[in-house]
Amino acid sequence: MSKHPIIQVQQVSQYFSTASGDFLALDNVSFDIAAGECISLNGHSGCGKSTLLNLIAGLTFPTQGGLLCHNREIDGPGPERAVVFQNHSLLPWLTAYENVELAVKQVFRKKMNKAEIKDWIMHNLQRVHMEHAAAKRPDEISGGMKQRVGIARALAMKPSVLLMDEPFGALDALTRAHLQDTVMDIQQQLSTTIVLITHDVDEAVLLSDRVFMMTNGPAATVGEVMTVDLERPRSRVSLADDERYRKYRQQVMHFLYEKHSRAA
Amino acid sequence: MTQHPNLTSTSTAIPGSPASVVKGNDRRYRQRLPSLGRGLLRRLFAGLLGVGLLLVSWQLIALHSTDFPSPWQTGEAAIPIFAHPFYVAGPNDQGIGWNVLASLQRVAMGFGLATAIGIPIGFLIGRYHFAADMLNPVIALLRPVSPLAWLPIGLLVFQRADPASYWTIFICSVWPLILNTAEGVRQIPDDYLNVAKVLRLSELTVIRKIIFPAVLPNILTGMRLSIGIAWLVIVAAEMLTGGMGIGFWIWNEWNNLNMRHIIIAIFVIGIVGLLLEKLLMAIARRFSFEKR
Repeated sequence: MSKHPIIQVQQVSQYFSTASGDFLALDNVSFDIAAGECISLNGHSGCGKSTLLNLIAGLTFPTQGGLLCHNREIDGPGPERAVVFQNHSLLPWLTAYENVELAVKQVFRKKMNKAEIKDWIMHNLQRVHMEHAAAKRPDEISGGMKQRVGIARALAMKPSVLLMDEPFGALDALTRAHLQDTVMDIQQQLSTTIVLITHDVDEAVLLSDRVFMMTNGPAATVGEVMTVDLERPRSRVSLADDERYRKYRQQVMHFLYEKHSRAA
Repeated sequence: MTQHPNLTSTSTAIPGSPASVVKGNDRRYRQRLPSLGRGLLRRLFAGLLGVGLLLVSWQLIALHSTDFPSPWQTGEAAIPIFAHPFYVAGPNDQGIGWNVLASLQRVAMGFGLATAIGIPIGFLIGRYHFAADMLNPVIALLRPVSPLAWLPIGLLVFQRADPASYWTIFICSVWPLILNTAEGVRQIPDDYLNVAKVLRLSELTVIRKIIFPAVLPNILTGMRLSIGIAWLVIVAAEMLTGGMGIGFWIWNEWNNLNMRHIIIAIFVIGIVGLLLEKLLMAIARRFSFEKR
């Protein structure tokens, strides 16, 4: 982690006003994310994972503390911190191509000509293997395909950080595995910095360089940081028998279900 | 017999042979088609029964009244009216077609005005809390007012009948447009707006690319309700203002004590109203992304 940090979270606390008084969602959270790193935020529902991601995205602002991106304070959302939302949030009246186009035209309007814009849109759809569905509207494609288009839209902004809020949570296990592989491929090619929210232990270990395990709210914070020292590219099949992979898995499980188990 | 269809239908077919398989499929088709036809027949029968009951009750009322025309008499009176719908025999004596068109023209003016003003106001109320807090009490106060209460104000301000009826239609049909548009804007999922924020879209682009398409179905619902109200209001307004139009035509025939023509006019109003509604529903289907 000697590389210079791209995102810095510094002593961030977040209160929410509720009917029964102020609610402390995040308590004094600090960490750095290095360029090209893939980290995951892991924890039970309601532990403030999404709150933290929204703060990095700039969609909300912390009550105390500050967040930096490229050494500049995050004072709002922007395309350099692209978000892949859990429910894909594609605009249903636009085709897959047009959904990506909306992003590309906004970000690269002045830097690209028409042909370049078109190529760039198709290039990003190809990255997620969705070029065949460019002319389809979201309600004509499956959940996994929608999420792929959502990722293409985010990648098309050429973000320095890709923020993913439980991107595969609503998908079946097989589709999820395919998309995880796609994300790993992309990360390998582009060395994008990724912040991934997940409560899937396998997903966290497989995709991340570091897993941030969060304690239960209220007053949630990062309880433990685990560095996943597995060489890339990683293959889910060969890792399944890997002793190190199993130990990492156990460490996360231990944290989630023994140290900070939650009465559901 | 029924337990062995293959044996009874074709004596040569061996059970399980291609011939008997085809036979089996054939039978299943025959069972399905009539049930589909039955549904259609049932709906047709129910619809005709409804109309029939209306005609029977009408006939019963006509039998017990000296002035009330029977369906048959009304039908006879309708033939000359619809034979020459566009005759002109002076400023106050023109065919029913001209009268309907005059009413439609007023509705178009009032409804067009309501659309042009109601939709933007609905946007403001849905998008900005301040506008909502400012305008909601005013809307709550004015919305329940009867159409005819607005007419004198129109006559006072404009001094002429036509603008007064535009005004009355406008003020009565603008509310569903405002309220439906505002509700649609409020219901836009946060995710869509978060996408806009991440992209740093300008307010104008957000409205054009995200809010307007998202709200379009609500706007079209508002327009459908609104044109229904406009068509209701115009008849009442024309009865009071006179001139040309289907409402005035009814009033004129009442003064002539021609009940047959009044009943014909009621049918005409009903059918035109139905067609307006159908037209807007067709437009809604055309533009709504949900149903394509």
